[in-house]
Amino acid sequence: MRYLPHTPVDRQAMLAAIGVKDIDALFMDVPEGRLLPGAMDLPHHAGEMSVERSLAALAGRNVPAGAAASFLGAGAYRHHVPAAVDHLIQRSEFLTAYTPYQPEVSQGTLHYLFEFQTQVAMLTGMDVANASMYDGASACAEAVLMAHRVTKRKKAVLCGGLHPHYRDATQTVTQFIDFQIDTRPANPDALEDLANLIDEQTACVVVQTPDLFGRLHDLRALADTAHDKGALLIAVVTEVVSLGAVTSPGEMGADIVVGEGQSLGNALNFGGPYLGLFATRQKYVRQMPGRLCGQTVDTSGRRGYVLTLSTREQHIRREKATSNICTNSGLCTLAFCVHLALLGEAGLRQLARINHGKAVRLADQLATVNGIEVVNQAFFNEFTLRLSRPAAAVVSELVGKGIMAGVPVSRLHPDAPDLANLLLVATTETNTDEDVDALINGLQDVL
Amino acid sequence: MSAIYYTEEHEWLAVEGDIGTCGITEFAQEQLGDIVYVELPEVGRAVAQNDEIAVVESVKAASELYAPVSGEVTESNDGLADDPAKVNADTMGAGWFFKLKISDPSELENLMDGAAYAALVAGQG
Repeated sequence: MRYLPHTPVDRQAMLAAIGVKDIDALFMDVPEGRLLPGAMDLPHHAGEMSVERSLAALAGRNVPAGAAASFLGAGAYRHHVPAAVDHLIQRSEFLTAYTPYQPEVSQGTLHYLFEFQTQVAMLTGMDVANASMYDGASACAEAVLMAHRVTKRKKAVLCGGLHPHYRDATQTVTQFIDFQIDTRPANPDALEDLANLIDEQTACVVVQTPDLFGRLHDLRALADTAHDKGALLIAVVTEVVSLGAVTSPGEMGADIVVGEGQSLGNALNFGGPYLGLFATRQKYVRQMPGRLCGQTVDTSGRRGYVLTLSTREQHIRREKATSNICTNSGLCTLAFCVHLALLGEAGLRQLARINHGKAVRLADQLATVNGIEVVNQAFFNEFTLRLSRPAAAVVSELVGKGIMAGVPVSRLHPDAPDLANLLLVATTETNTDEDVDALINGLQDVL
Repeated sequence: MSAIYYTEEHEWLAVEGDIGTCGITEFAQEQLGDIVYVELPEVGRAVAQNDEIAVVESVKAASELYAPVSGEVTESNDGLADDPAKVNADTMGAGWFFKLKISDPSELENLMDGAAYAALVAGQG
């Protein structure tokens, strides 16, 4: 029996109170055509063995990245996750999606969150990091909101190389406040002059590095200009392994660094669950969203961990909370923390070098193929190719041969026909020489 | 000699000429406990009576300060940022929050005098 506490009369009373005709009216924001017209045509019931068999057959129609020569990236990266990660995160003391509701009872959870925050602060070159957010895109949106709180200004400039999902998430969360988003057009062939777009109304300028096209950006001059004009510089990192090789955004003057942490400890997971990284300067800590774990001592002087600065959070400040995201991606965060602890600083640097070295060799080989131009010269483990014909068609033809050649830019920028021939190609330590040969031969065949 | 007014939000306003200095009352600081953070308005900001103007945060709670009267902020007590405990130690003195140039003195009539505020606190205490 299902327990439904609200009677039809209760529901009518609640709908009347908020001035809505029926429950369907609450879903009016979902575009027509995205709603199912009626009930799903599901079999009434079936035995367990038969359900397992049909679901396994459905799953068998997928091509997992691990079973193909995969060069997919564009914000989600397949890295080798050591078996110890899975073993440790599945311990029952740790296995929870969030920080617990009575957090200080779970010292082990708070301990690893503290370690995680320390890792993220060190990676990004910042003073303080929170206990993670939902994903990189939501962290980016929250960073823009935070810049709005800090500066009390009403405009953000988003670089053209920002991942469109991050751009969309930012637009979604800012659309109901008095705030303007200036999105620059995506152009992989020219560097933008963002400094000139900052004025006295600009709360922040958002720059992704490496950007969607794989380009690395030196943020120092831009940070200086932003600060001179009273704006914050937000740096976005979608491939966190890059921080093992490049100068951290904090060192280059960023005020807030956000990123996607999936690359460490986490599989591709069909696009989620992932974990957002969020770090900032000490002076802005009270304007930072999310949970924050601190280290302290108890009455006997023993080390302990607590959630700190909770007065920013919604369970205390209600509608005046610094952020309405006061939760975190606990299990993904633990996986990140364990993986990075296993790597250590030297291990991360080595992993980054391997990734970069493989990408450089791959780009050199691809540059020799007819019909391919490598667009960018400086990159980490991902770069952009210009093909002699639309990239989406090339990718579909190669999927049939067990090759995932990359992400066509048209997937992410469908309204930009001038970008249709561009292909984003990522390579990591998981790509073998056989994978590379398959990609080169495959592209030679279809171009 | 300044006149001191009080609000139902447990703030005090000391008026000298057309400048009012505002802080939280002894009762408010006792209720809040150790103050750990304040957020102050920027100089030049114009506010209407009862607008949210500042934030005070203690180990227990965070709450807003409301403008006791309309006016323009002429000064914020920036020293509180480094030493918010001043609010606990010297509520009516070094623990002041901000000064306003009062734009409509008639609004002072909506505020309480010391005796009326003492009666309010006695009722809540």
